[in-house]
Amino acid sequence: MTRSTEARRPRLVSRGTVFRGSILAVAAVLLVLPAASYGGKSGAEKTKASSQLQVFSWWTGGGEAHGLAKLITIWNKQHPNTPFKNETVAGGAGSNAKAVLAQRLAAKKPPDSFQGHAGAELQDYIKAGQVEPIDFIYKRAGFAKAMPAQLLQQITYKGHIYSVPVNIHRANVLWSNPAVLKKAGITKMPTKWAEFITALNKAKAAGVIPLALGEQWTQKHLLETVMIATIGPARWAALWKTGQGWGTPGVTLALNRYKTLLTYTNSDAASLTWQDASKLVADGKAAFNIMGDWADGYFRIDLKKKPKTGYNWAPVPGTVGIYDWLSDSFTLPKGAPHRAAAVQWLTFLGGRLAQDTFNPVKGSIPARKDANAKLYDPYLKSALAQWKTNKLAGSLTHGVVASNAWNTDIDTALGLFLQNKDVKKFQTSLESAASKNT
Amino acid sequence: MRGVRRWGPGLLLVSPSIILIAVFVYGLIGWNARVSTSNWRTAVRDNHFVGLDVYKELRTDERWSLDLRHLFLFTITFIIGTLLIGSFLALLLDKGVKGEGFFRAIYLFPMAVSFIASGIVWRWLMNPAPGDRASGLNVVFDKAHLSFLSNQWWQHPDYGAVALAIPAIWALSGYVMALYLAGFRGVPEELREAARMDGASEWRVYRHVVFPHLRPVTLAALIILGHISIKVFDLIVAIGGKQIVTEVPAVYMWVLIYDSRDYAKGAAIATLLLVGISVLIVPYLVYTVRQERRA
Repeated sequence: MTRSTEARRPRLVSRGTVFRGSILAVAAVLLVLPAASYGGKSGAEKTKASSQLQVFSWWTGGGEAHGLAKLITIWNKQHPNTPFKNETVAGGAGSNAKAVLAQRLAAKKPPDSFQGHAGAELQDYIKAGQVEPIDFIYKRAGFAKAMPAQLLQQITYKGHIYSVPVNIHRANVLWSNPAVLKKAGITKMPTKWAEFITALNKAKAAGVIPLALGEQWTQKHLLETVMIATIGPARWAALWKTGQGWGTPGVTLALNRYKTLLTYTNSDAASLTWQDASKLVADGKAAFNIMGDWADGYFRIDLKKKPKTGYNWAPVPGTVGIYDWLSDSFTLPKGAPHRAAAVQWLTFLGGRLAQDTFNPVKGSIPARKDANAKLYDPYLKSALAQWKTNKLAGSLTHGVVASNAWNTDIDTALGLFLQNKDVKKFQTSLESAASKNT
Repeated sequence: MRGVRRWGPGLLLVSPSIILIAVFVYGLIGWNARVSTSNWRTAVRDNHFVGLDVYKELRTDERWSLDLRHLFLFTITFIIGTLLIGSFLALLLDKGVKGEGFFRAIYLFPMAVSFIASGIVWRWLMNPAPGDRASGLNVVFDKAHLSFLSNQWWQHPDYGAVALAIPAIWALSGYVMALYLAGFRGVPEELREAARMDGASEWRVYRHVVFPHLRPVTLAALIILGHISIKVFDLIVAIGGKQIVTEVPAVYMWVLIYDSRDYAKGAAIATLLLVGISVLIVPYLVYTVRQERRA
């Protein structure tokens, strides 16, 4: 009951006092409401309220839009007095949305919650004081026990957690076309580097594109998986935590391997989207493609291919037992107009109901360990099993390990490397990018 | 008092626009220049003055010099291509083709299509995919037994920017044609007649009589094309996205501000673009003002 009066107050009081007022009110609410009510079943919603929940995301198409729609239905049923206001910005895999969001945050008009990749990509918002730490939600809702310890450790920044991961995607997946592999005489999915090169050579001899590749960000995605495969998750994590180790022979080896891999790719990579590149595999024009596991939904739903026979998958060679993860997560902006609702939203998102509703549709797995495996398709079932046991390595391309600035510096180094193919220079610029950004 | 009455109402009438322009154009240009000399290199604002540090950093930034190279190639191809094709089309129309109005409209239409839309079409036309995946112009070349013309288009590591200029030439040739056509029409028929009476061939009439009259038109076209070229952003993004192989300064600026949150460096690029455009436009403005005064 208290929450409804609190939410109505902004209409009555001048804007300057609203913030402090609502913080106090929220604090009061948090003291009063028992933790149990945070499933959204609280009786408080029964009283009338002129509140709403503004959620900003770039989930405008495909499985993610459908998944969000399902979440909205549940939310609105559970919170009839706090209707969901869906504020999405389409385009550019979120880059348009991020530009709009940056402007809103600069104008101090934040939504109640916004989407962001979990991990270092949120650092800009954290350092600018635009989001609140939400450890209290984790503590109260018991997320710390439900999610893998490695995950929590990797999204903690200076002792605090700032977002709730809704889903987990895996970046280090090698997709293949079983029919093409059979024709080329490749009998099993390669698991080691040498096997991979042998397989690529066989595919080349069979007259197909050995490794389909797309535009620049997918080339960075490929680089990241090769690096993790070569130096392993522990040294990978150290590269980002300390900025040290970029000059080591391990990295040199990884970069040389990357250079080798590029010789097996299609010449028109820059003009292909990731879907175009995956489609080359589905159409039998390419043998392999390295892409995140969102490709599974693309193969299965859009291209109507059968798992295992129409397309197959394995961890990128050298990364068996490693989960190169990324995650969409939601935050609590400072000065959120309906903070109490936002806290409930985040609590809801981290719960099993929301995660098991959203993820089967989106084509990802929950960050929680207690997912109901029956709801998931064959690929995701295998991913679920591995998520619980694998070592975790955060994704570079998808915002887990490096800040946006660092990512841009790596883009620069990579873009220049793609033109001159000079490994030594590439490594030097990666080293200086690391020292600049740590 | 009488003086005020004379200019007062006029000034009052234009003052809203003067104030708005002062704040939103010149004020923001000033603010942008200020940001470019600050230490605001992250999401957190830092107004600390650091002078021209960021500009010095750009001097050694390889990505920036690559962008400049792309822009240079793009501009040269774009301006020369557009001027040549535009003046040629104008010449054809000037020689009295049937249905001039129809052709004029046809050639002008591409300008009405946004760069984003034409960029997407040209991305397909200039598809570099080899073999059976080829599409667009490369297929046309193959079918016409001109396979030696098939190429990597904008993905060529050294000369890709030349291909990027083709859609821009396609879009703006018609406009330049219209400029020249108006210019041709402005040359008095008597002058041409006089030249012909003196025995000048048709080519020489154009070479020595008509074209010399068109210098102001060419200059205007140069200025317009030049500033479009320096600012080019949408066309590049529509064709190449955010990839370094096609990047030009305006795209780099966008990446720095919205991805990297390096506001100072982004603002520095914005300032340099403005300076680049001013170098083109200011002399032109001075020139027109002088012309008008003389007239």
